[in-house]
Amino acid sequence: MVSILDIIGPVMVGPSSSHTAGACRLGLFARGLVAGQPERAHVELHGSFARTGVGHGTDRAIAGGLLGFHPDDERLRESLRLAADAGLGVTFENAKLRGVSHPNSARITVERAGRKAMVTGSSLGAGRILVSAIDGFPVEVTGAFPTLVFAAADAPGTVAAVSQILAGDGTNIATLRVSRRRKGGSAIHLYELDSEPSDDARRRIEALHATQWVRVIERLA
Amino acid sequence: MTPAAAGDAGMFEALAEAIGEAERRAVSLGELALQAEVDRGIKDRSAVEAALGRALTVMREAIARGLGGDVRSVSGLVGGDAAKMREPKGPLAGTLFCDVLAGALAVQEVNAAMGVIVAAPTAGGAGVLPGVLLSIGGRIGASDACLVSGLAAAGLVGAVIAQRASLSGAEGGCQAETGAAAAMAAAAGIEILGGTPPQAGHAAALTMQGTLGLVCDPLGGLVEVPCVYRNATGGAIALAGIEMAMAGVEFPIPVDEVIDTMGEIGRSMDIRYRETAGGGLAATPTGRRLARERLVQIKGRGAGTP
Repeated sequence: MVSILDIIGPVMVGPSSSHTAGACRLGLFARGLVAGQPERAHVELHGSFARTGVGHGTDRAIAGGLLGFHPDDERLRESLRLAADAGLGVTFENAKLRGVSHPNSARITVERAGRKAMVTGSSLGAGRILVSAIDGFPVEVTGAFPTLVFAAADAPGTVAAVSQILAGDGTNIATLRVSRRRKGGSAIHLYELDSEPSDDARRRIEALHATQWVRVIERLA
Repeated sequence: MTPAAAGDAGMFEALAEAIGEAERRAVSLGELALQAEVDRGIKDRSAVEAALGRALTVMREAIARGLGGDVRSVSGLVGGDAAKMREPKGPLAGTLFCDVLAGALAVQEVNAAMGVIVAAPTAGGAGVLPGVLLSIGGRIGASDACLVSGLAAAGLVGAVIAQRASLSGAEGGCQAETGAAAAMAAAAGIEILGGTPPQAGHAAALTMQGTLGLVCDPLGGLVEVPCVYRNATGGAIALAGIEMAMAGVEFPIPVDEVIDTMGEIGRSMDIRYRETAGGGLAATPTGRRLARERLVQIKGRGAGTP
C-alpha cells in the first residue's frame, strides 16, 4: 500500500534517494551484521553505483552507514574523514557483481572483533533497499522491519524452537525465510519482525544447540 | 523511484475516485488524504501530522539555506543561483512567480550539495513542492496546519502517480520526477488556496500535460544540471496549472488518463533519456566535457581510500 509518507519523504541528505539514502541503509545493514562499527570494510560498487556513485556521494553514504549514521545525518558528507578518525578503514572498488541485476548495487564486506560478514544489496529508489545475499546465502530482506538474522546448523526443529521463543516474547513475525546452500550444512534464518525481540529472547535463540551466531538489525526505514 | 512496489494495494488507484470520495465526505483532498492515511492503521492522526510537520520544517530550512547562497554541489557545477533570484530584475520581480523559482532552486542546490531535504517524491524533484507550497503559503499567510494538508494532498496525488505510472527518472524520464512533483505541487496549491477537489484534479492535469515527454538527461548522471533548473521551471508550470484551475479552466482529458499517458510515454522512452546520461543535454559536446572534467575532479579529491 502506498503511504503519503512514502511520497513526502524520506527526510534525507541529497542528492539522490537511491544513490545516497539507499546506499547509507546498505551500510547500516552491514554494520548490523557485525553488531557495531567494523574495523575494516571493503565495498564493491556495481553498475550505476560504480559509474556515478562518487558524484552522488554513494561512497560517503555507505561509509556513513557503517559508522551508524542515518540517511538524514549531515555527517554523511564528512564520513570518509570521520571513518578514518574512528578507526574504520574502508576501501572501495568498482566491480561487476555476478548474479546481480539491479544497477544500483553493492557488496560490502565488514570485519569486527574477528567476525567477518558479507552483504550484497541493491538500492531500489526512494531510499528503499533489498538485501539479496548474506555471507553468500541468497536472501530477500528490506530493512523495513526489525530483522532477526542468525546462522544455524541445518537441523530439524530450529524454526519451531525460534518461533516458540518469539511467541513467548510477544514478538510477531511478519516474514520468515531460511536459506541454505546444501543439505546438512549451515543455514541462514531471517525473521522480519513487527517489533525488536527482547534481549532475553535473543539470548535464548543464541543458546539453542544449532545456533552459530545471532544478530538483530534495527528497522532502517 | 518507485515507492509503490509491485502488487501493493493503493490508498486510491485513481484520482477520480479520491475526488469523488472527498466530495461525498465534504472534505478537501488533503483532509481526505489524512483520513485515508490514518485508516491504514499504521500511524494515528497526530503521528501522520507530526511526520508531515517535520517535512515542512526541513523544507523551510532547505530554502533558507539555499537562499543564503553559500552552497556548492559536489562537482562544483551548481550553487549560488537561488541567491541571485533574491534580487530579480525581470518583469515579474517582486511577485510570487519569483519566490517559486527561488525556492525551488534553493532546495535543489542544497540537495546537490549533500544538504538535508525532503524527497518529494524524489530527491531529484525535491525543489518543486516546497517552492510552490511555501511561496503561496507565505503570500496568503497560511497556517502550518493548512500547509500540512497541502502536503497531504500532494502526497495523495504522488501515490496515485506511483501506482499508475512511475516516480523514477530511470523508468519514466524527468516527467516522472519533476513532472510528478509539479502535479503534486499544483494539487497542494489548490488545497491551501481553498479550491475544490475537482479543481485540484484539473490543476494536476493542466500541470502534467505541460511536462509530458520531458526526458531525464543529467550531465554525468549527477543530480545537478539540468535538475536544479528543471525544478524551477517545474514550479513555474505548476503555477500555471494552479492559476488556470482556480479561474475555472477544466482540462478536457481526465487527470488519471493524463497520468496513464505519462506512464505510457515513460515506458516507450529510449534508454538514453532515462537517467543514463546517454542522450539529451548530457550528450551535448559541453555536457560531455563538463561531466568529464568535473568527475575527474571529484575522483581526484579522493573518494578512494582514506
